[in-house]
Formats: sequence, structure tokens, C-alpha cells
Amino acid sequence: MCEQTRREFIKQSGSLLIGFSICSHLPEELLAAGGDLPGSLSDHPSLDSWLEVNADGSVTIFSGKIEMGQGIGTALVQIVAEELDMRVERVRVVAGDTSRTPDEGGTGGSRSVQNSGSALRSAAAEARQFLLQLAAEQLGLPLSQLEVDDGTIRPRGKKMPSLSYGRLFGGHRFQRVATGKASVKDFRDYRLVGKSVPRIDLPDKVAGRSVYIQDMRLPKMLHARVVRPPNYWSRLESLREKSVLVMPGVVQIVRDGSFLAVVAKKEEQAIDASVVLRQNARWNGEAQFDLSNGFFPYYENLPFREMPVKHWGNVASSFEGSMHVIESTFRRPYQSHGSPGPSCGIAQMKDGFLTVWTHSQNAYDLRLELTHLLGIPKEKMRVIHKDGPGCYGHNGADDAGADAALIASRLPGFPIRVQWSRQEEFQWAPFGKAAVIRLKAGIGLDGKVRAWQGRIISDTRNERPGGGGEVVCAWHLASPIPRAPTGFSQGPARNGVPLYAFPSLDVKVHSVKGPLRVSSLRSLGAYANVFAIESFMDELAQVAEMDPVQFRLNQLEDPRACEVIRRVVTASQWGKKKRVGGLGWGLAFACYNDTGAYTAMAAQVQVEKQTGRVKVLRVISAVDAGLIINPDGVRNQMEGGIIQSASWTLKEEVKFGPEGVKTQDWEDYPILGFEEVPEVEVILVNRPDQPAVGVGEVAQGPAAAAISNAIYDAIGVRVYDLPFTPSKVKKALARIG
Amino acid sequence: MSGNIVLNINGQKRKVENNSDVSLLLVLRNDLKLNGPKFGCGLGQCGFCTVFLDEVPVRSCVTSLSEVQGREITTLEGLSEGEELHPVQQAFLEEQAAQCGYCTNGMIMMGKALLDRNPNPSEEEIRLALAGNLCRCGTHLRIIRAIKRAARGVSSDV
Repeated sequence: MCEQTRREFIKQSGSLLIGFSICSHLPEELLAAGGDLPGSLSDHPSLDSWLEVNADGSVTIFSGKIEMGQGIGTALVQIVAEELDMRVERVRVVAGDTSRTPDEGGTGGSRSVQNSGSALRSAAAEARQFLLQLAAEQLGLPLSQLEVDDGTIRPRGKKMPSLSYGRLFGGHRFQRVATGKASVKDFRDYRLVGKSVPRIDLPDKVAGRSVYIQDMRLPKMLHARVVRPPNYWSRLESLREKSVLVMPGVVQIVRDGSFLAVVAKKEEQAIDASVVLRQNARWNGEAQFDLSNGFFPYYENLPFREMPVKHWGNVASSFEGSMHVIESTFRRPYQSHGSPGPSCGIAQMKDGFLTVWTHSQNAYDLRLELTHLLGIPKEKMRVIHKDGPGCYGHNGADDAGADAALIASRLPGFPIRVQWSRQEEFQWAPFGKAAVIRLKAGIGLDGKVRAWQGRIISDTRNERPGGGGEVVCAWHLASPIPRAPTGFSQGPARNGVPLYAFPSLDVKVHSVKGPLRVSSLRSLGAYANVFAIESFMDELAQVAEMDPVQFRLNQLEDPRACEVIRRVVTASQWGKKKRVGGLGWGLAFACYNDTGAYTAMAAQVQVEKQTGRVKVLRVISAVDAGLIINPDGVRNQMEGGIIQSASWTLKEEVKFGPEGVKTQDWEDYPILGFEEVPEVEVILVNRPDQPAVGVGEVAQGPAAAAISNAIYDAIGVRVYDLPFTPSKVKKALARIG
Repeated sequence: MSGNIVLNINGQKRKVENNSDVSLLLVLRNDLKLNGPKFGCGLGQCGFCTVFLDEVPVRSCVTSLSEVQGREITTLEGLSEGEELHPVQQAFLEEQAAQCGYCTNGMIMMGKALLDRNPNPSEEEIRLALAGNLCRCGTHLRIIRAIKRAARGVSSDV
């Protein structure tokens, strides 16, 4: 069972990484105490970091993990309300505030339920035990006779005497460290966890109440617009300011090197002034890349650094002894997060203290980045998360927050609101990384893979804030902030190693520096890697003359992996599929980030041979994410992940050239619309005895591969380059005549 | 031209001092402090800023103040009566038809507009009615279900 060993290894190295997290403001003895505690509790073992009992009997929880439409706030409330035996309505969340919440790193990687959820579960169990002991003393009753009903402690089976959490402990601090000894509830006793509790944030969103950072209106707030260069490499050569300064409402022009912004009393005045300012600015600079032969020929020939991902067995000799050796290359272009609402940031400098409101995924790291940008120590800054539009990873949120902070630092006393335009969001936010994935496999006499080789060419730089120079405005200052030189190889490598039990394997990343600004887009490299691996598995199955499902099952040892595939096979009546009239079915599988959720899906497509147009009609998926906290939350993430992936897979590609990023709006960057969205079925495989893992990033890779395989099934020819636009499908059809 | 303009918004008369060429969206959000209509593109492409003008849905980001004088403007806030949500809003909650919720305003407004003219639409008619509105989180199927649910509620009231 070499596969099992590998998974164990990854689990162990994962926990080593968690150990590197910085725990800035806890005394040493508390840190030492945190060693074996679950999730982020090990870094922040003080109960007061996580929970507060209010005088009205409600409980406030503090989490570093922020709501971005994925429903994490609701899941965390469920977990805490469960352990504390309260109604969900009485638990409130404060998230992502450098002055109030634990630093749990960013919200991403589908790790919020694992890290924050497990920490809060354990902290709440500990708090419950403490409150019960306190009540036992005050009521003069033995602990064993007490029970909790909706936050009120009383003798078992009796109404009186009773003590609510609020009366008992409201407004007090625990002033104790989690011991990890309080036992959490047995899953068989759950009343809230595992139920589809409605999202706590939706009533305000549906009623149009103030929810988002865009809805914040502070007294004396001024509006700013940044006038960016036309592209990454241009710098401000000259500027005529006078005609702008006399425009109505204009308060100030902020210029530092090539950073240019205008501040006005009203938003429309800032917009009007920015238009004139742009007309009055001259920029120069030349692109440092040559795309005259097309993007991929350029990208594939960039100098690279080789980074080993995984190696076992003797790959070279296994290829030699193979019956068939097959090679294929798969490509993904740069893709945009396409956040529905352009980014926004608000900041105010007052008495030497800077407050920043942001929809960043990581308030702490933005604060760290701002220390580099502004030279203000972090003790003199507070960064507060406010809900934003869906980001799907690292979009322009941090940049807009930094813009606001930079401008506010030049105009003390005034709250400054920076609203990005649609064009700014498309042109300046980081992109999802391009990738070229070269796969080679040898098949033996037994119809199984003997040797597997993967080469993943991709941008490895990760431009997350924190290290300096990772927000756009920092590049344009008269004294630009230097950028950290290193990259993040785990991004492109994510899911680069198949879960199949191949006897020999060698996977490497070829790290390149591509022409565009890149960072984490939902699922990182898993989208392209799973697309490539699972498309290739179908090609291999065909060479081995086997049904693609059987070919996979023959080489999977993990029973949870096999189970999700079997569920999809049954639900889609897999064996009875026929290729008729341009209809086709494809199946794919992955285990997200090697140790996360298991996902399989079957997609049905219709291909119009005349036009090359692909329509995804139906997707049937199964997911095993361990213990399910909120079934409807999982369904919502799966449906959304599949539909978003179908959009990436069929349509999305960023256009750019020597003049810069050409994608400016939704006409340049079409996404899947209502008339094209497939029916989606989600089968939940609940495993309450297994740790709960996230599902926000599990569907994207398998959905792309299932669509890819379905297109092949429909037309008998494979498309290797994403997205599957009509012209690419027609070109592929022309190959077979 | 700058000056005082009286607008009919959500059944109330509100005085606004602004230029006639300013976009209705900015007036609604900044001058009148309404949160329902959202800024998504400023180009009329996404539909997040949808409001009703005399009961017809329009994109407020590409509608100027001068175009709305003397007309009845209804925003998302104007659909509910006090604490009581409009049946379409209620259906969005019951179907949990959102993730980030940023497109929700446009979806509810277009859903209501559809049901006003066609109380019992087919799925195809719902998809067609929403074809000009973007959702990036991929909650389309939930939105369709919510509008179907609201339609059932609406027709059973009749």
C-alpha cells in the first residue's frame, strides 16, 4: 500500500507547514501549551482568542477565516452552537480583524473548516466544561446532574434552578488556555452539525441592507480614483495637473513617482477628474516579451527552474518494459478571477494610527504588506475585514486596500474610499496561472500504468501580500518596494501527482516567470493538473482497450476514492451511455490537494459539429468531504464550483499583447450565462467519523476533465488546450476530417 | 447642469442636489444611501445595478439623473413592506439562492419583472429573462429554483 504511505507523508508534511505559522502576540508559555491542540488552536490556545460570552447570553466567536460567499460564517456558528448547546441565532461572528481575531493566515486552500472549525469546536467544548463547573459551584449541585438547554444550565430534567451563560459569565474573560482535555460531542449526538442551517448572511444580502465594504459610508469620507499606467511596464513621464485641480470637488492629486490618484468630495467628481487626469498624463515604457509567434510557444520556451514534486520507483526502466508509451500535452491560458464587483478599499489616518477596511482574504498579511509600503509599524495599524463580492482567490482586494491606505497616509483625518473600475479589476488584479502539462505514461501487459511522468510548466511566483512589493501601488512609487524573489511551488504542483497506485512516478514543476501578474485562483494548479491527468487517463484507457471507469478502479486502492466513482457510475447509468447525435459523456475523479475531499463526476455534453459549439447539459457529481457540517452548504459549493469550472473550461482566456492586458470588461471576457448553465446533481457521501474538509476547490479540476472526456466521447477527437472554444473544437474536428 | 432634483423613490419624494448627467446608480448609492443596487461594471453588462423605472427594469449605472425625473423609481429596498420581504426575496432565502450575494439585487429585480408579466414561467423563460444578468459564483440553478418557487407562491395567492 505505497499509496497509503504517501498520503500519510503528505499529511505529516502538511502539519509541519502549519507549525511555521507566526504567533505574534502570545506569551511563550501559552505557545508551548498549544502543541497538540486541533487546528489553529495550537497557535492561539487562549480561549479568549476564540470566544466571548455576552451579558445577553449570546456568544461572539472570533475567527481569522472570513466570509466570501462560501458560507464559512454559518458553518463555524453551527460548530460552536453545537458544542455550547445553543441556538445558532445566538452566536455571532467577528472575522478577520487584526485587533480582535486570531491570526489564522489567509482564508483559502479549503482549509477553514479544518483549521478554524476544529479550533472553535475544541475551544467551545472547553468553554462549555468551564461554564458547567462554574454553574455547579454556584448552584451547589454536582456537575453530573447538570445539562445545558439553549445556553441555560440547569439540573437535568428540571426547569429550576437555572443559570444562563449570560448571567453566569457575561462580559467576563476566560483567562485560560485550552487544555485539549474537554471532550467534544460525539457526532451521534449532533443536532445542528450535519443540518442544512440557512446561511446567516443571506437575509441582509437579500433585503439590500448594508453588508459589503462598498456599502460603508463614513463621516467626512472622500472618494479617490487611481489613474494607472496603461500596462505593467509603463511609467509616468509627464503630467499636467492644473486643469484637474480646478475641477468641481477635487481635493487633491496624489502623485508619487508613477502612482497617480485624485481625491474628490463626491464619487462622480473623482471619476470625472480621473478621466481628465488620464488625458493629461503621458507614459512610456516597452514590453519585455515577444508574442509574435503566439503565447504558448513563448511560454514553453522560457528559462525554467526545475522543482521536484514527487518521485518513486524506477521510471526509466519501467518505460522501457512497457507495451505502450503515450505522451500528451495539455494547456491552460491565464484566466481571470472575474470578481463580480470591482475591488474597494477604505482607510483613515488619524492621530498617527491607520485603520484600513478591506475585503482581503488575509487582514494580517495586508497589514504586514502595509508596513513595507508605508513604513508604519504594525502596532500603529488595524486592518478590518468587511464582506466583499466573491473573489475566488487573490483578486484586487488587497491592492485597493493598499491604494486607500497610501492615499489616506497623505491626507490625514479623512476616510478615503478607493473604488476600482471594472477595467482596473480585469487589468491589474492577479491572474490565475497559465500552465503547460506534459504527461507521459507506459502501460504494461496487465493493462495498468507502469510508469508515469509529469512535467508542469507554470508560473510559480505567488504574489500574496506580506513580503513587500506585492500590491500594485508599491510598484509605481518613486522608490518602488522591491519584491520578494521566491515563489510558491506548491501552487502549480497542486494535484500534480495522481492518486492512482502507479509503481513508478516522476513529477516535476518547471517554474517560469511569465508575462502577467499571477496569484491564487480557486484550486490553484489543481484545475489544470486534474484536467490533464484525468483526460490522459481516458486516453490511456483507450490504448489499454478498457472502459475508462474500470481502468481507474483497477489502479485505485483508496476505498473512499472508489466509492465516489461508483456512486457517479450508478447515478449516471454509466454503462448504458451511447455516442449519438453529438452527445457524449465523460467521467473524472480527484482527491483535492491529495488529502482533501474525494470528488467524482460525469458530464454530458452536446457538440454542434457545424459550429464547434459545446454545451454542457448535465453534471452528476459525488463528493466525500468527511463529516458534513452543512449539507446545503456543500451542495451550493459543488454546484457553484462545477458551473464556474464549466465557464473557465468552455470560455475563459485573458487576452494580452505588447500593449498590455487587452481584457477590459465582460464583453472581452465572456462567462457562462443562464442559457448555458448545465443541470447539476450532487451526491453527498457523509462520513461523520472522518475529519471535515472543505469543498470550495474540489470540483473545478474534475469538472474540466469530465467535460473534456465527454467532448471526446461525442466527437471522437480530443481538445488539449483550454478553453474549448468553438474554433478549437472545429480545428480538432478538422484533424480527423 | 447642477441643481435640485426631486425624485420619486420607493413611494417617497426625495430631493437630490446633483448634476443631471450623473448616473442614477451613484445618486442612489451615495446621495440617497441605498444599498440594493450594486456597482458591478458601470457599462450595463452585468445587471447588478438593476432598478425599476415605472415598473420596467433598467440598469441604473447607464441611466442618467435627467432620464428619471418625474418617473417612479423602485429599488430592492422598495420591494419589501417593512420587515416583510417580497415573495421573490423570500423565495431566494428559502432556496438559499446566493453565495457572495453581489448579483442578488439584479436577479431578484429581473425575477420580479418576469413574474409581473408572466406569473407562471417555464424554466426556459426564466433562463431567457435572466440571460443578461451575470452570476460569477455559479448559483444560477438556485436562482432559477427561487423564481420557480416565487411563481408557485404568487399564483397560489391569486
